[in-house]
Amino acid sequence: MSVGISREELDEVLLPAKKLLPVRVYSEFYEKVKDLPLTKEELQRIVKLLINEYLSSLIEPGEPIGTVTAQSVGEPGTQMTLRTFHYAGVRELNVTLGLPRLIELVDARKIPETPIMIIYLDEEHKYDREKALEVARRIEATKLEDIVAKVDIDLVTLTIIIELDPEMMSDKGISRDDVVKSLEKIKAISHNVRPDEHDENKIYIEIPSNYDFMKIQKLRDRLLKIKLKGIKGINRVIVQRRGNEYVLITDGTNLESVLKVKGVDPRRVFTNSIHEVERVLGIEAARQALINEIHNVLEEQGLDVDVRHVMLIADMMTLTGTVKQIGRHGIAGEKPSVLARASFEITVKHLFDASARGEVDELKGVAENVIVGQLIPVGTNIVSLVMNPTLAKPSQG
Amino acid sequence: MGDVFGMSEKGMKRKFSILEHELVPKHEILSIEEVVKLLKELGIRPEQLPWIRASDPVARELGAKPGDIIRIIRKSQTAGESIAYRFVISG
Repeated sequence: MSVGISREELDEVLLPAKKLLPVRVYSEFYEKVKDLPLTKEELQRIVKLLINEYLSSLIEPGEPIGTVTAQSVGEPGTQMTLRTFHYAGVRELNVTLGLPRLIELVDARKIPETPIMIIYLDEEHKYDREKALEVARRIEATKLEDIVAKVDIDLVTLTIIIELDPEMMSDKGISRDDVVKSLEKIKAISHNVRPDEHDENKIYIEIPSNYDFMKIQKLRDRLLKIKLKGIKGINRVIVQRRGNEYVLITDGTNLESVLKVKGVDPRRVFTNSIHEVERVLGIEAARQALINEIHNVLEEQGLDVDVRHVMLIADMMTLTGTVKQIGRHGIAGEKPSVLARASFEITVKHLFDASARGEVDELKGVAENVIVGQLIPVGTNIVSLVMNPTLAKPSQG
Repeated sequence: MGDVFGMSEKGMKRKFSILEHELVPKHEILSIEEVVKLLKELGIRPEQLPWIRASDPVARELGAKPGDIIRIIRKSQTAGESIAYRFVISG
């Protein structure tokens, strides 16, 4: 600031801009202007020009932004590949991408086709592979069937003989005592679990005498499915190096439980299930997740769609406080106008129901006005004349 | 509005609150005066705002009741920071 003005004066001149402009535009402007040798008058003129420029680039009232968004997302959508899968950085783990994923997102499906989580770890665990593996073991759901070598039924002595696989057990970090403990939690056999005293990989379970063969088979299947360790819904965990830290990528998702696991950084836990984000973190987080996911899908396909369109989609989907799909059972299906609904899908049903209920169409939207052949309320036609009879009276006398 | 986002010294030792998650923007309940001012400024009724359910995890954390208005300060990719409002509905 050689010729320029003092910092206080600068702030004072820039105040109107600071009040009006978005934070990012303003800070960019401030950075550029603060060290320029300008006089106060020059600066005032620049601020005025900037404000005018900003106001004229705002969306005008009556602009059909929904239609523009639909076109802007729809057209690139036709160019998307139909290739469903993409590797999530790891060979064994695929994620749905491209058009199928986009459809899944705007349809607000409860469970994604390929649910995954990306779990970042806290300071203590993220730099060390062993420690990352330790957290991974806490998260990965291990069932009895994952660690048994074989399960036999001895019908003569009425026992189920479980033979564990020591290699798998050490891999998952489970001891025989853990297995016995989990087995004892099952009511029907809680007092009949007998670990073998000589062979440390064997467990005997006495079957209650009133069980017939079918029931024994069922019991065996049930035992195989019991969870020994980890979090329900998370089938596999892969440890991966990203930059200088280790990250866990999972097949399956359970946000609520993973947030509570020791060793993860709960602030950065990611899941691709929008429904889960909504349930655990709220509607605003779901909105942000939708924006991120849709934008990533489009970007990954090399389609350059402005985020503002994606934001509008996410805003509409989260308008009522729950994530609603775009289509028939959501935004398009809940329009107040009968004609607008009928022009979208299942025409006859909507007309039939509306006539049975005696619904009235106010002709406020675009579709219904096209149908009846009026001008659509868009652009300059959004203006309507309003008369207030109570205001008009006094002057008439 | 203070320490909702602040981390304690030991960081992870404290119970994690969902308000700290990176996807969750800052929420705050408006006072009566602010509500009146806002509605006058926008010229709308509260139910014309976007909604948030009272059972929403964040609304519960803040103790918002149906009828309240919540200000949401979002980190925006385009504007840097943008302010939105949601009307708390029951359910």
